[in-house]
Amino acid sequence: MPATTKTNFQLVSNGILDENPIFRLALSMCPAVGISTTVMNGLMLGTAVLFVQVFSSCTIAAIKNHIHPRIRIPTYTLTIATWVTVIDLVLAAYMPAAYKEMGIFVKLIVAFAIITMRLEIFACKNSVSASFWDGIGMGLGFMFGMVSLGLVRELLGMGTILGYDVLGFRPLLFFVLPAAGFFCVGIMMAMFNYIELVYNRKKRAKQV
Amino acid sequence: MKISGGNYLFPAILAIMGIFLLAGCTTDHRFVKKTAFKEADAIIIEFAGPVDEAWAGNASNFEVYEKPDPDIKLKIQKVTVSADRKTVILTFADALNKNQPHILTMHSISSEGKSMGTAILSVKKVYLGYLFSILIGAMIINNFVFTKYLGLCVFFGTSQKKSTAVGMGITFTIVIVVSAMMSWFLYDFVLQPFRLNFLQIVVFIGLVSLSVQAVDTILRKVNPLLFKAFGVYLVLVIANCIIIAVPLILADNQYNAFESLMLALGAGLGFLTALFLMSSVRERLELANVPPTYRGLPIAFVVAGLFALAFLGFSGMSIF
Repeated sequence: MPATTKTNFQLVSNGILDENPIFRLALSMCPAVGISTTVMNGLMLGTAVLFVQVFSSCTIAAIKNHIHPRIRIPTYTLTIATWVTVIDLVLAAYMPAAYKEMGIFVKLIVAFAIITMRLEIFACKNSVSASFWDGIGMGLGFMFGMVSLGLVRELLGMGTILGYDVLGFRPLLFFVLPAAGFFCVGIMMAMFNYIELVYNRKKRAKQV
Repeated sequence: MKISGGNYLFPAILAIMGIFLLAGCTTDHRFVKKTAFKEADAIIIEFAGPVDEAWAGNASNFEVYEKPDPDIKLKIQKVTVSADRKTVILTFADALNKNQPHILTMHSISSEGKSMGTAILSVKKVYLGYLFSILIGAMIINNFVFTKYLGLCVFFGTSQKKSTAVGMGITFTIVIVVSAMMSWFLYDFVLQPFRLNFLQIVVFIGLVSLSVQAVDTILRKVNPLLFKAFGVYLVLVIANCIIIAVPLILADNQYNAFESLMLALGAGLGFLTALFLMSSVRERLELANVPPTYRGLPIAFVVAGLFALAFLGFSGMSIF
């Protein structure tokens, strides 16, 4: 793939809509199922992923000419691990309560396929600024997925949003159960599929 | 020239792992030989040499708490020293909760008038039962896939057919045991003594990729037939977040060699179980009439949700 010709805005919207990491690429599902019980969790982990993605993309884009092709994957892994260590220590120091809630998932950002994938197919071929906007797009896309899942689960399970009581009652307590994450993701994916199906049908009808 | 190193490779690996295991048996302090629970409300400590009665008789030299609650010191009722002064028995006011490891601190141990320094040790239930409970815990009660939600990408990717699922599960179990033992060794003997704990993410991810590569190379040379069957799955193992989660968990809990082995084995076998269960269902799903929007991944997620609900039934179960 040659260097990208997209504008910065297109790069960001690409990450949020066309190649949304959770709903379209179906990557990094573990946190989407595991800790999407509240909006706050989604925001926190989304921010952490955004940070790691942007910084490792920029790092790799900056040093791409000095990496020998045969050791590029280990280099990516170590770069990501370094930035994850940074965010892990920062979160543990400044937000201990939220850090405890997210548990091991902050450290596991290092194993997210989405970040390595972006480095491999985008950052190692593009300039620092393009990689920056691509990283922002991917991070925001992940955050969007996490927050929308958290919104549905928190609203239906607890009747609250960000801890504020909205509905005044609890419609379906089932959704705060950890196991409901699977159902939630499954149903949301089916919804995306359905929208795509209808959209395509309309487009075909227009053409004929 | 043919190098016949293959015949010695497996015994050599076994021997190295055996050394790791033996190293895990000793306690953390050179003067203390053994610590263990005795009956319902006592802890027995064996020293390498005789201790002074004046020191041992003073109950304020001993401090004991349950590992999760460092603030709550347990009340020591009586300290008994044996005739040869090598064994000390601490009797507590209340019965001990043996399911929790206890942390025992002994301030400036004195032997024949010489100070042996302060010892901080953990006392754990002996022992096979405890190990077994870690194994079953990691495998079923806290199954990594269905109750901790880890390793889902690979889980959904390889659970379409039973044969693939079993192959992936077995490969994964082998690799995770090898890499967890290596991580334990490095954590216990390098990272902790040099206070490099903050490097654990970097070190573990490097070590895991290294051990996947090592298993790949060794298997290719030693047993090409096996490599042909399982080689494809090795690439996927590294994409599985359980393999990096296990070293992090055992570093967090400061497990020793046996416990680490059991945790890794439990995680691997638990993943195998989950894959097998899931693949059996998905083979049937192929024949079912699923609505078009749910075909593929969405219905697989719903099925996994049902499994997770079923596994919730195990929660809170305790063995021994």
